[in-house]
Amino acid sequence: MDLITNLSLGFGVAFTAQNLLYAFIGCMLGTLIGVLPGVGPVATIAMLLPATYALPPVAALIMLAGIYYGAQYGGSTTAILVNLPGESSSVVTILDGYQMARKGRAGPALAAAGLGSFFAGCVGTLILAAFAAPLTEVAFKFGPAEYFSLMVLGLIGAVVLASGSLLKAVAMIILGLLLGLVGTDVNSGVARYSFDIPELTDGIGFIVVAMGVFGYGEIIANLSVPEAQREVFTGKVKHLYPTKEDFKRMIPAVLRGTALGSALGILPGGGALLSAFAAYTIEKKTKLKPGEVPFGQGNIRGVAAPESANNAGSQTSFIPLLTLGIPPNAVMALMVGAMTIHNIQPGPQVMTSNPELFWGLIASMWIGNLMLVVLNLPMIGIWIKLLTVPYRWLFPSIVLFCAIGVYSTNNNTFDIWMVAIFGVIGYIFIKLGAEPAPLLLGFILGPMMEENLRRALLLSRGAWSVFVTRPLSATLLGMAVLLLVIVLLPSVKKQREEAFVED
Amino acid sequence: MKVKSQKDFFSGLMFLLIGLGFAWGATNYNIGVGARMGPGYFPLMLGVILMVLGGLIAFKAMVIESETGDKIGKWAWRPLGFIIGSNILFGILLGGLPSIGLPSMGLIVAIYALTIVSAKAGDVFKLKEVLVVATVLAIISYGAFIKLLNLQFPLWPAFISG
Repeated sequence: MDLITNLSLGFGVAFTAQNLLYAFIGCMLGTLIGVLPGVGPVATIAMLLPATYALPPVAALIMLAGIYYGAQYGGSTTAILVNLPGESSSVVTILDGYQMARKGRAGPALAAAGLGSFFAGCVGTLILAAFAAPLTEVAFKFGPAEYFSLMVLGLIGAVVLASGSLLKAVAMIILGLLLGLVGTDVNSGVARYSFDIPELTDGIGFIVVAMGVFGYGEIIANLSVPEAQREVFTGKVKHLYPTKEDFKRMIPAVLRGTALGSALGILPGGGALLSAFAAYTIEKKTKLKPGEVPFGQGNIRGVAAPESANNAGSQTSFIPLLTLGIPPNAVMALMVGAMTIHNIQPGPQVMTSNPELFWGLIASMWIGNLMLVVLNLPMIGIWIKLLTVPYRWLFPSIVLFCAIGVYSTNNNTFDIWMVAIFGVIGYIFIKLGAEPAPLLLGFILGPMMEENLRRALLLSRGAWSVFVTRPLSATLLGMAVLLLVIVLLPSVKKQREEAFVED
Repeated sequence: MKVKSQKDFFSGLMFLLIGLGFAWGATNYNIGVGARMGPGYFPLMLGVILMVLGGLIAFKAMVIESETGDKIGKWAWRPLGFIIGSNILFGILLGGLPSIGLPSMGLIVAIYALTIVSAKAGDVFKLKEVLVVATVLAIISYGAFIKLLNLQFPLWPAFISG
């Protein structure tokens, strides 16, 4: 079978000493930043992008991927023990996880999160391996019109993910698209919006935007609120293993969470956060068995389902990236940046032109998940100690690594001035309640969208109808419209707002 | 008319102005037609859409009631100034400012300066502690970026290393 030969090729690549090491480093770093509140995978990957110049492409991508799914594991630890979301996708884990910890059941909660995540990660990796090949076939049928429509769908999907007002999120996408257009136009050679600054004719650096908005903007916002009192349960993590009863309740929740997460991860705009929210909502809807603790008071299903879902979602969100070259969320947008740094054009051709990279990355994800379980369960004590590191030591380090990272991309101080500007802009966004994640997606997709729109309209001699007369393109646009309608439906709108209020 | 959601009103205004700026800028380039898009076509389209969206957001903010008034709240000038300031200082010390004849001071000096200035952004500032953090960061950076990753940085001030 193809799948098995492919996977064995992948495991061959992933099982080299070097790649195992980088998978390990990625998982460790991911867990570390996942545990620490206020440091997310987007900022970390942006910081480490320049550092991967020196690595071979496979090792670089394996490490960066490890950071992403490692952060999902680490985030749950903080959520359960400290009542803080270490990672945005663990926001719902807090609801029941922290209550379990308060009742002295932190062990079973952590085990449920860890084991559920591991199971979901395995399934997600298998789905990724199985679906990647057929989806790539589809991708080759895509013309410029289909690509354009797909990007529209992806960007609309990103809006669903944004927690604030829908209109504002759409405006942020458009703003991102516009910022992405700064620089020399590939077709005419005209330098757009560069104000005669030579550095700007190459466009605004992706790392600059990501670090300024996500790194500096967040730090400034964090510092403007006084340090909250944290309650830590260091002493209470005893008997790690869930009881038989716990397992009986956990398993169906893990299965449901995994299925939902895998499906939502593939969708553009999906990924870990959306999956976790959806999984918790569904668990809440199911009937309680007699003798079961209600949700919000420490139900183990409320930990197992969202944790499985966010891990499954973070695995399957690699599918659109690897097969179509379209990033479904901000982390994947950074992966596009990482691939282009190494001269790999993301898209369907990756599988045929770089099979060892493609399958090696997939295999490494499974290995990484295994490492994370082994790493996390015995090391929980250490992660908790880490939480006692005060933020006042942490943020100067983040500022420094951002500054060094930005400088080293071009060895040019111009990028340092730019990141300062985007830091201020990022803080303004936070103050105005405008979410920056859609902006980043738009920024990456801007030039791609323009190019595909140009080609599609050139082929159709200027007729916009081409987007609805080609069946594949029409379907994609139809899905985008449907998505918008669903989000705007009064009942869904209310629920969506409620779900996000909890963070 | 009274503003009912401050956050929304000002973000709408921001989008409106930025959209206007981009759309106006786009008219300086060749617009072209659909079948032959010029460099100004796509930005003009997006700029106009952004203006419309911004206007809509600002309009909604004046019409739809919100319970809290969605105040923007105080600007955190102190963290903003120190974080961004430390970043700019880092750039000046690392790269020097040829325009006024300031030589590069090198990475190590820049790290100490950045750490001390950015630490001022927090509520608590203890010089001894900050110096320890800066020293640790300098050692890590030297090990990771210069030794391990082989990045090209001026390490010491230009007048010492020549």
